[in-house]
Amino acid sequence: MSRSLPPPRLLHPGAWWLWALALAFASMRTSDPLLLITIAVVAAVVVAARRGRAPWARAYGLLLKLGLLTVVVTMALQVLLGTRYPGHTLITLPSVPLPHWLGGISLGGPITGEALLNSFVTGLRLAVLLACFGAANALAHPARLVRILPAALYEVGVAVVVALTFVPQLAESVVRVRAAQRLRGRSVTGLRGLRGLLVPVLAEGLERAIMLAASMDSRGYGRRAHQPVAARRLSAAGVLLGLGGSVVGTYEIIAADGRTLGVALLCCGVGVALAAGFVAGRRTHRTRYRPDQWRWPEWLVTSCAATVAVTYALTVHDPVTTGVPLAWPTLRIAPFLATLVAALPAVLTPEVPGAETKPVAAAALQKVAA
Amino acid sequence: MIDFENVSITYDGSREPVLRDVTLHVPEGELCLVVGSTGSGKSTLLGAVNGLVPHFTGGRLSGHVRVAGRDTRNHPPRELADVVGVVAQNPAATFVADTVEDELAYTMESLALPQDVMRRRVEDTLDLLGLTDLRDRSVSTLSGGQAQRVAIGAVLTAHPRVLVLDEPTSALDPAAAEDVLAAVQRLVHDLGLTVLMAEHRLERVVQHADTVLWLPGNGAPVERDEPRAIMARAPITPPIVTLGRRLGWSPLPLTVRDARQPARALRERLPATPRLAGAQSLGEVVAAVERLTVRYGPLVALREVSLSVRAGEVVALMGRNGAGKSTLLGALTGLVAPAGGTARVVAADPRTLRGRALTRHVGLVPQQPGDLLYADTVASECRTADDESGAPSGTALAALHRIAGDIDLDLHPRDLSEGQRLALALAVVLTASPPLLLLDEPTRGLDYPAKARLVAALRELAADGHGIVLATHDVELAAEVSSRTVVLADGDVVADGPSRDVVTQSPIFAPQVAKVLAPLPYLTVDDVLASLDVA
Repeated sequence: MSRSLPPPRLLHPGAWWLWALALAFASMRTSDPLLLITIAVVAAVVVAARRGRAPWARAYGLLLKLGLLTVVVTMALQVLLGTRYPGHTLITLPSVPLPHWLGGISLGGPITGEALLNSFVTGLRLAVLLACFGAANALAHPARLVRILPAALYEVGVAVVVALTFVPQLAESVVRVRAAQRLRGRSVTGLRGLRGLLVPVLAEGLERAIMLAASMDSRGYGRRAHQPVAARRLSAAGVLLGLGGSVVGTYEIIAADGRTLGVALLCCGVGVALAAGFVAGRRTHRTRYRPDQWRWPEWLVTSCAATVAVTYALTVHDPVTTGVPLAWPTLRIAPFLATLVAALPAVLTPEVPGAETKPVAAAALQKVAA
Repeated sequence: MIDFENVSITYDGSREPVLRDVTLHVPEGELCLVVGSTGSGKSTLLGAVNGLVPHFTGGRLSGHVRVAGRDTRNHPPRELADVVGVVAQNPAATFVADTVEDELAYTMESLALPQDVMRRRVEDTLDLLGLTDLRDRSVSTLSGGQAQRVAIGAVLTAHPRVLVLDEPTSALDPAAAEDVLAAVQRLVHDLGLTVLMAEHRLERVVQHADTVLWLPGNGAPVERDEPRAIMARAPITPPIVTLGRRLGWSPLPLTVRDARQPARALRERLPATPRLAGAQSLGEVVAAVERLTVRYGPLVALREVSLSVRAGEVVALMGRNGAGKSTLLGALTGLVAPAGGTARVVAADPRTLRGRALTRHVGLVPQQPGDLLYADTVASECRTADDESGAPSGTALAALHRIAGDIDLDLHPRDLSEGQRLALALAVVLTASPPLLLLDEPTRGLDYPAKARLVAALRELAADGHGIVLATHDVELAAEVSSRTVVLADGDVVADGPSRDVVTQSPIFAPQVAKVLAPLPYLTVDDVLASLDVA
């Protein structure tokens, strides 16, 4: 660790999202609780070290909590009305027979250790998947990801940005209006309360959207789009079609057996998207202030991601249907080490600039109270 | 630089034009202040400069508006973005990017400027407006004054030749307002920018203006002249001009400094203390706060604050943005949970009160009075208020007439002017006749006539035995109406006493008359005139 790091900067959002995608892929291939927990811990370590300062950076914790909730809910559902795994019975609940056409679901009955363990693993996989998504959000704001979209999708990107800023604003005005309704001595629950809440909140939301649109217009948004509308739509459609094709192609390669079809689809898709993007880029008179760079730290992050994805693809293929035996799982060395490799960006990438700990939440709360 | 040629603007659905046959010319490098009461067409005029009116708002424009030689008829706002920079009334609602630096670059990205130019201009603008420390901050965490400066910076990076500002200081505390105005002044001097600025708080801006554009409203012709000439005949004037006009000072003073000279003679004629209309008698305690501490996570908003308010008293709560004023009001209404200490209204803990019990103890008019309103018409809003508070029918309507005079009862509350909406919210709150009345920043967006009506209403309410607390940045309002001033700083009470003593000791919270007549404790024009008549 003697080499000095490059000066602090934000990494290319694409690198972080690929990295999170690789971890998510790994979590979907295994049902080994040890590996799943390792993945979540690795994601947490990297998020803690390299997340930004925006309110979005709390996404990891939020989605992890949501994930833990899914674990609890999955297990509770399994206990109450899951399919019955044979095995070591722990306790037997009073059972209520349900009609056969409900597909073998029973209410109550014997609870086996195997059943609990399986529902736990199912829930855990979902939780880790959510955590990976949260990590991607925390490491690179989705709006930054939107900005690297091809120029033809610029309009779509702007719509996403407006929506992303709209949600926290809406939440803030709901809190404020609820407080005001309480001040009028009005109930804030029930249908009447809902109307009193919705009317001012929606009216304000609309007003703000109009103000934002007016501001974007007077600041030159959509300038000099001299290309005819039809050509613009055609290029946007081309990019969407191409991207869609490559997604389907990727899915074919990973999941299904149609390898040739998949590769063909992927190549065609990427080609169409690139061509349409190029055509669109020529008519959009826009420049980028500080475009995201792709240098060795980005290559490092993506190669860590590739290590994880390839190792899991080659060595791990846990059967989902047959269930997990009720035994202490043995640690598989290769995937475990590969997962640890994914933690390297936590120390080897440049730091986040200006990593001050401003009490953003406190400031937001204060605004809400005001 | 800005040319209006026989411009009339009529919005869809209205018969009368908002602006009628306006012809004016604003030369390059001039700071032109737009003055007029609510509804006189100020915002419409500002919007017409970059073509938002009528391209974005709809309506009909006849005549021609030309900016730097470009006619808005065939140049929509986006094609004027490199010439005109517009900063809206509520800058926080117009931010597009998520960090300050990206926000500053947004317009340049749209204009397709090369990257090295963008980098240089962003750095220049950060320096020019003193934003260097904020460059990486998320725009949602900025304070009011910071947001205002970022919004100005965001349009400046495009190097426009005209800057249009709609009420740039109305939401700011006096110090932040000074910062923003100083920045604007610098732009006019250093860059030769033409600035068109609308502002209700003339006492803050009139001395910075080169010319004043006076919109009398009701279709009367627009006048453009020297500030002194307009101020000599306009019905809307800041306190210092009012004083000068009433006492026949010539030349008419526009700044505190101008007025000091003629005031020297006045000081000798005035008695050492102003003669007042008679001290009001205070009733019982209606609100008591003891060692109140409020925290938001790690941030301490109020630190062991103790305070009491008696019936018949008007307390002005002052302090910069974020000093804890709104939090204190929140604690008195039970919206904010104390981390320590107690807040009581009459004898009850507001956090335990619900429904009618709460409205009969305390009423709050929030910063955005519209939050309180939800009916479709003014009339039905008043009826709902009567029903909810169990008051005899017609109570709210009578209160509204007393505060605001005639209002079209069929209007939607959202279509009222700021002053009328505030009056409606106040009337709704008063229907339950709470002994404690709280107002949060009530003069935001109010013109002088609306403010005068508010002052009269508050005085009457205090005489009726309401205890009133108003959190405000408006030092002139506080001087007019308050009997006591409490200054908060960073969650602590730093001053608490009779307004006359507190505000004359602080240069930031002193009204203009107090600054002119210091060290005599006179706060308002009425103080001076009343004492002169007797003397």
